[in-house]
Amino acid sequence: MGSKVGQHTISFSQPPLLTAGATVVGPMEGQGPLGQTFDWILEDLLFGEQTWEKAESKMLQESAKLALKKRNLQSQDIDYFLAGDLLNQIISANYAARSLAIPFWGLFGACSTFVEAVLFGSILIDGGFAARVLVASSSHHNTAERQYRFPTEQGIQRPLSAQWTVTGSGALVLENTGEGPRVTMGTIGKVIDLGITDINNMGAAMAPAVADTLLTHFQDTGMNPDAYDLILTGDLGVIGGNAFRDLLAKRGYSLGDNYHDCGMLIYDLEKQDAHAGGSGCGCSAVVFSGLILRQLWEKQYRKILFAATGALMSATSIQQGESIPCIAHAAVIEFN
Amino acid sequence: MNLEQQRQQEMQKEYHVLVEQIKPKTRVLRNCILAFLVGGFICLIGQIFLQIYLGQGMGEREAAAATATTMVFLGAFLTGLGIYDVIGKYGGAGSIVPITGFANSIVAPAMEFKREGFVFGVGARLFTIAGPVLVYGFLISALIGIIFYLIR
Repeated sequence: MGSKVGQHTISFSQPPLLTAGATVVGPMEGQGPLGQTFDWILEDLLFGEQTWEKAESKMLQESAKLALKKRNLQSQDIDYFLAGDLLNQIISANYAARSLAIPFWGLFGACSTFVEAVLFGSILIDGGFAARVLVASSSHHNTAERQYRFPTEQGIQRPLSAQWTVTGSGALVLENTGEGPRVTMGTIGKVIDLGITDINNMGAAMAPAVADTLLTHFQDTGMNPDAYDLILTGDLGVIGGNAFRDLLAKRGYSLGDNYHDCGMLIYDLEKQDAHAGGSGCGCSAVVFSGLILRQLWEKQYRKILFAATGALMSATSIQQGESIPCIAHAAVIEFN
Repeated sequence: MNLEQQRQQEMQKEYHVLVEQIKPKTRVLRNCILAFLVGGFICLIGQIFLQIYLGQGMGEREAAAATATTMVFLGAFLTGLGIYDVIGKYGGAGSIVPITGFANSIVAPAMEFKREGFVFGVGARLFTIAGPVLVYGFLISALIGIIFYLIR
């Protein structure tokens, strides 16, 4: 059984293994700098379906199936499927779970869902409730745009602080035996809101949440940022990333070259018109399940801190003038 | 107000200052010039059509109506082809203010919500963008009408 360290950090006694990961992404992500690291690059945003919502659900489903296939597993070998996405009532995950026929925990943590699922899956495995867990999260640029902002063909000018929702889905298989990187610790975040109301500046809204979670993590564990080969945040983008650095620096923790953000890695910000970077549940899911997992296997990193951040507003709450509450969960992943 | 709330407010204020410093500045001059050029170009096309219709022997009122119809068609057509949103990205208000922009704001939701059916999709959502413009446009024109009646 695991144990609690400090205030909000958990430590696993038999750390679960990330034995396989799979990714499905849209065309724009495929053309980006990480194109090589993805398993499946779609030719168009509809993925052979009638609607974008169906396309997103299919992406989630296919990434989950692909992860199982990499480990030669069937649906019945998996104890639980943990997934979520950005859409109302997490329909992408629900509909994918319908066809996967694995006992399902639907999760919503906005763009933090992926790490939320990894930590929750690890708790299930370390607690002895499961031997194998499948986790996944997805987002789709067009489904998110129409739910949160404008119709996609509307001729509008996006502010420079806006982020581009990633079309993609990432899935991981977590097991109690085997080989692979291990999830050794996790810090569960609080909902933090410093009063940002601008839906076109989500990175800035989320930065205080991830700063809070990481400060808690450092205090709980007695570590400092240098203890990690990589500190990876989910989708802060350029503005959020800078604000995050500033917030940590004010509290005496300076981040070096070992800090990266999935939202900045996934697109070529000069050429791809993504403005402040990528975002969405799929962003951290595909960057981690593609690039980072590969780099862990190649032993480029031995110990990483992976914190995904989520903005927990809805289109309604924004219209009613509420500020954006945000959350971040952090997982420590080690491969020795 | 207790101490905790005060601290929270101070933190928020401090953070807003920080974010404003980091945020990239909107390129106002560049955007204004682009809007001027794009908007002007759209109006130029409208003017060309107006001259053509007048040259065909239409009266001024008929020619104006025909020009508006043509421009609405062009806006709708370019939206359907997925071109108008690209123009909008550079043109900003220059492509929103002319009547082609109005066409865009009707056709874009129509395309978007067709998948939810013709009643609850297209029918119900057609004016999600244009609706506010119409509502307050009508309201203001009514108010101006009343003022005009009173001062006449």
